[in-house]
Amino acid sequence: MIELDQVTKIFDDGTTAVDDVSFTVEQGELCVLLGPSGCGKTTTMKMINRLVPLSRGKILIDGKDILHFADTELRMQIGYAIQEIGLFPHMTVAENIEVVPELRGWPKAKRRERAARLLDMVKLTPDDFMDRYPKELSGGQRQRVGVARALGADPEYLLMDEPFGAIDPITRVDLQNEFLKIQQDIRKTIVFVTHDIYEAIKMGDKIALMNGGKLIQFDTPFNILFNPQNEFVSGFVGRDRALKGLQLIRAKEVMRKTVYMAQATETVEELKRRVGPEHEKDEIPVAREDGTFAGFVNLQEADSGRVSEHLKHARAVASMDTVLDEALSVMLSGERNILAMLDHDDCVQGVLTFSDIQRALSEADQSRGTL
Amino acid sequence: MKLKREAVLITFLVVLLGVTIWVTSLGKVGIYSTFTWEQIFYCSWSHLEMVVVAVLIGSVIGVPLGVLVTRPGLTRLAVPVIGGANIGQTIPSLAVIAIMAPILGFGFQSAIVALFIYGLLPIVRNSYTSIKNIDPAIIEAAKGMGMSRSQIARRIELPLARPVIMTGIRVSTVITVGTAELAVLVGGAGLGKITLTGVFARETLIILQGAAPTAAMAIILGFILEKVEDWMTPRGLKIER
Repeated sequence: MIELDQVTKIFDDGTTAVDDVSFTVEQGELCVLLGPSGCGKTTTMKMINRLVPLSRGKILIDGKDILHFADTELRMQIGYAIQEIGLFPHMTVAENIEVVPELRGWPKAKRRERAARLLDMVKLTPDDFMDRYPKELSGGQRQRVGVARALGADPEYLLMDEPFGAIDPITRVDLQNEFLKIQQDIRKTIVFVTHDIYEAIKMGDKIALMNGGKLIQFDTPFNILFNPQNEFVSGFVGRDRALKGLQLIRAKEVMRKTVYMAQATETVEELKRRVGPEHEKDEIPVAREDGTFAGFVNLQEADSGRVSEHLKHARAVASMDTVLDEALSVMLSGERNILAMLDHDDCVQGVLTFSDIQRALSEADQSRGTL
Repeated sequence: MKLKREAVLITFLVVLLGVTIWVTSLGKVGIYSTFTWEQIFYCSWSHLEMVVVAVLIGSVIGVPLGVLVTRPGLTRLAVPVIGGANIGQTIPSLAVIAIMAPILGFGFQSAIVALFIYGLLPIVRNSYTSIKNIDPAIIEAAKGMGMSRSQIARRIELPLARPVIMTGIRVSTVITVGTAELAVLVGGAGLGKITLTGVFARETLIILQGAAPTAAMAIILGFILEKVEDWMTPRGLKIER
């Protein structure tokens, strides 16, 4: 747990960069510090590991005042990743990751093993990458190593300053998704700085929205979007909050559990008889004998023979775990308004239609954050 | 590309040594005898001695000086130190050397002090910039990870700065080989003795007998120090992409 209590930073030249900010990051949560440039978010983050000294107020980590630790002792407990990465160019990838473990006196073998584990975690093959130098890596690979290095000595806490900021948008989305997956396993307590509201909504359990050194709203991404506290927040969120909200809702929360499933082996007549006349215009998902998804059958077009002869749109699928904006993008690019929702075994668990998405959004808008 | 450069250097060396051998073998130029091999070796040796001593002193003083003024708290001194070293170099080398004689008397020590002052700038300046030019993100990352100031200096800054510092020492050495020609004016020795004799005698060939080995020495020392520099450069910095 990281607690900030009336934290204030006044620089030597008299400017107040952070003004009376208080919030708490719960254990295992990722808290995003969000705001326009110059809002004090990075300064706030750097006060946590004392790269910037506090002027007033208190910061507690795990209930202990950070002033009780020596600088180096405090920082070794808190992983640190920055946009510019700052990999040490004269050290190999493994040596970079092993820096903090070495500072903490881990034996060589344990450090190596840890470096290999972390490289695996960030999807870089240890055998290929351990002994490479930073100059031999692409931008995305460097960012991965930067994240691995921050996790070097398995710290309970992480500070990340726009860690995915300096890479192309595609690699960036990959890294965000992978990091979210990693975070599901490791459950670190993270303070994550960004100026990108999309990233904030996607990554954050909580968002601390700052402006002019002040904390404007500290809330869940959902409430920031749909229950903004004032003009500044709604202005920062922008008019497309519905679109942004799509990132917050998972398909499994709004999909329809399938009422009718067709078997690939049955005949169209059997199926029609089974579903009744009111569903004759529907598209019905079809399962193979082993239960996996085979495609859709359109009862208006199909009239005779076996269902398996009329299979269509086998790729109109999405995982139940996808967020709505990804599902919507599959719909738009395939010109489909119905998707089959698959579980990890590729079995159909339900369908998601365009109107389901509309319904979910209007509910979110009306709920005004009561969810 | 690299091979080509080495080929040029070797060609120069062969020409310079060839000239030396040829003039020496003449024995006599006009009414003057040329210098003997023994004299050439003696002068080369004392020349080398002055260069090595001056550059060693320059490095022992210049490297720590250049590095120290990058430390927080001492940055105020950076401008006067770098500026001072700069001024040392703007004074003509002949003047620096000439000033030393009345102060320290004629002899080896005046020559050394003058050469040291004159060769200091590249060492101080490169040592300073070698630290200053390190990407601030690298230092911030090191700090944020919990390295102490001395750990950052030893494990990060110095390894990254080493090649640039060595370049400064190399440049200083090559300059000093040239400047040491003038040491003879304040009672030092060196190949300047031969060159100057040629100047007074107005015999180009005798001038060459001193100048050619000096140039050869500059090339050889420069080459050796380049290898040292390469050897001291961390592997991760040599990779090109």
